[in-house]
Amino acid sequence: MSKRPTIIYWTGFSIVLALLIVAPLVLPEFWRRFVTEILIWGLLAMSSDILIGYTGMVSFGHSAFFGLGMYGAAAALLMVRPPNLWLAIAYGLVGSAAVSAFVAYFSTRMRDIYFAITTLIFSQIFYVIIFTWTEVTGGENGLSFRRPPLAIPGLYSAPFTSETLHWFVLAIVTASYLILRRITRSPFGMVLQSIRENEARTRAIGYPVERYKIVSVMLSGLFAGLAGVLYAIQNRFAAPDFVYFLVSGETVIFNVIGGIGTLVGPIAGAAFFLLLREAFSRFFTEFYLIPVGIIFIAIVIFMPQGLLGFARRWLNR
Amino acid sequence: MLEFLQNIPWDAIVIQTVNGIVTGMILALIASGLTLIFGIMDVVNFAHGELFMFGAYMGVVVITATGSFWLALVLATLIVALIGAGLQITTLRPLLGRDPLTTILATFGISLVMQNYALWQFGPVARKIPEPFTGQFTLFYLEYPWYRVLIAVLSGAIIGGFWLFLKYGTYGIWIRATTQDRVMAQAMGIPVPWVHTGVFAIGAGMAAASGVLFGPLVGVNHAMGLDWVLKAFIVVVVGGMGSLGGSIAASIFISLLEAYAAIWVSPAQAVIVSFVVLILTLLFRPTGLFVPTPK
Repeated sequence: MSKRPTIIYWTGFSIVLALLIVAPLVLPEFWRRFVTEILIWGLLAMSSDILIGYTGMVSFGHSAFFGLGMYGAAAALLMVRPPNLWLAIAYGLVGSAAVSAFVAYFSTRMRDIYFAITTLIFSQIFYVIIFTWTEVTGGENGLSFRRPPLAIPGLYSAPFTSETLHWFVLAIVTASYLILRRITRSPFGMVLQSIRENEARTRAIGYPVERYKIVSVMLSGLFAGLAGVLYAIQNRFAAPDFVYFLVSGETVIFNVIGGIGTLVGPIAGAAFFLLLREAFSRFFTEFYLIPVGIIFIAIVIFMPQGLLGFARRWLNR
Repeated sequence: MLEFLQNIPWDAIVIQTVNGIVTGMILALIASGLTLIFGIMDVVNFAHGELFMFGAYMGVVVITATGSFWLALVLATLIVALIGAGLQITTLRPLLGRDPLTTILATFGISLVMQNYALWQFGPVARKIPEPFTGQFTLFYLEYPWYRVLIAVLSGAIIGGFWLFLKYGTYGIWIRATTQDRVMAQAMGIPVPWVHTGVFAIGAGMAAASGVLFGPLVGVNHAMGLDWVLKAFIVVVVGGMGSLGGSIAASIFISLLEAYAAIWVSPAQAVIVSFVVLILTLLFRPTGLFVPTPK
């Protein structure tokens, strides 16, 4: 553990962060929105990396957590007058925490593929409930609402512009990254990684593996819900499409493309995927998923480590 | 008590029993391919619903070209089986021996590509497969089409034929041997990689056949596979992963429950019943409802 890699790491971190802070000032409106969106999807992907990369459980149900975050924020923004940003975040987190506790309790009994299928089916349960319960959730049309102002209670209040929204999202994503990084390097995170490496041995040493798994699913769900809240605030609507399992599939794609077990990899994966989508949708219009899907399959076969996988050890130092 | 019994809509229950068995047999046809593919090579085939959807589209194509439903059924099955073999060789064979989870990712990629390819080729408007014959019989207040009964019978026949093949055919015995012990089968001279390809092709063909059979009941569109693959997953988990008989029993069980639930709530909400069955299964019998208790 020499000092130098740490210095290089923090230098890299500061450079990327500085670029992201400057980005909205130099980019045109479309790309400004695009970068913000990458950060939000990156946060979702990063949250699922806790499960995929660190605990070794592939979740195909992150859309449920993301979607409940969205609907939680929608509930706060529609029911409470005047709309309050922090209340939206709180509602979203409570919603996704409740759902992830429920999902975690059942799905952590299963392992490997069974876990993936169970989480997938759970997310579909929430999709069906949200889709059919039209009186409360707006059904197929979803809910739309106004964006709350960026406010610090008692001190400051101003409507969001696209720059301040970007900085707000960036602040939350950066904070989440630092928190998650701290967690994965903590003794708790070490136990999660030992579950990934050898579950039976971890159990034999005496760790309550089930409890650790439940906590890791809930942690992951909480940050996915946070991403959902941010997305709801950015787009001013909540729709059942975002609870559908294809969103979970995309989350897994971000992880695999970017490199699992790195936390920043999934954000890079989300950026790469969204850029590919942008590039291909110019030629293939709505059929962009054909080339993107082929590239994804190729990455799974030939590059199982993903884009940033080579730097995995270094990023986790 | 008597009043309660009188309030039960017996006629609706009989109708829904027939409906449930018909959808159950189609589901069994899809799920048995899925469970077989899982049992033999630990591959959770996310693209199974898309193979089903491709089968239905191939059926549409052949029917518009030749006008014969039966030819369409056979040709669609064969074409999709070939496509399945091609997919297995190009994407799943390189993943042999890696973490089974990577196969979920690869097949998920395949399903995205196939779905969008279908959307691109055939457009968003649903196509219709005409029923091969339109006879009906009276079931209480309904004119029930014979074709639906025929679907159940044909699905049963295909599954039965497949079971006989597994039991007595040389290649069927190869398949069972590979399921039991891959390494030992290889040592005995069974070409295991080709058995995998063959099983994937058979599973794809069965999904395609159910797609053609089911086509006349609903429109054929690019997203039709999604609902079915989810249902098939539930069935495969409830029936016990890799158990053929378990999947068939679970298909019919879940379809019947959903059909009965649809008497009281809307069909979209009736799906929740199968979710509940799944949760209860996971809680109390995670190895599957219809398999013997593991030692």
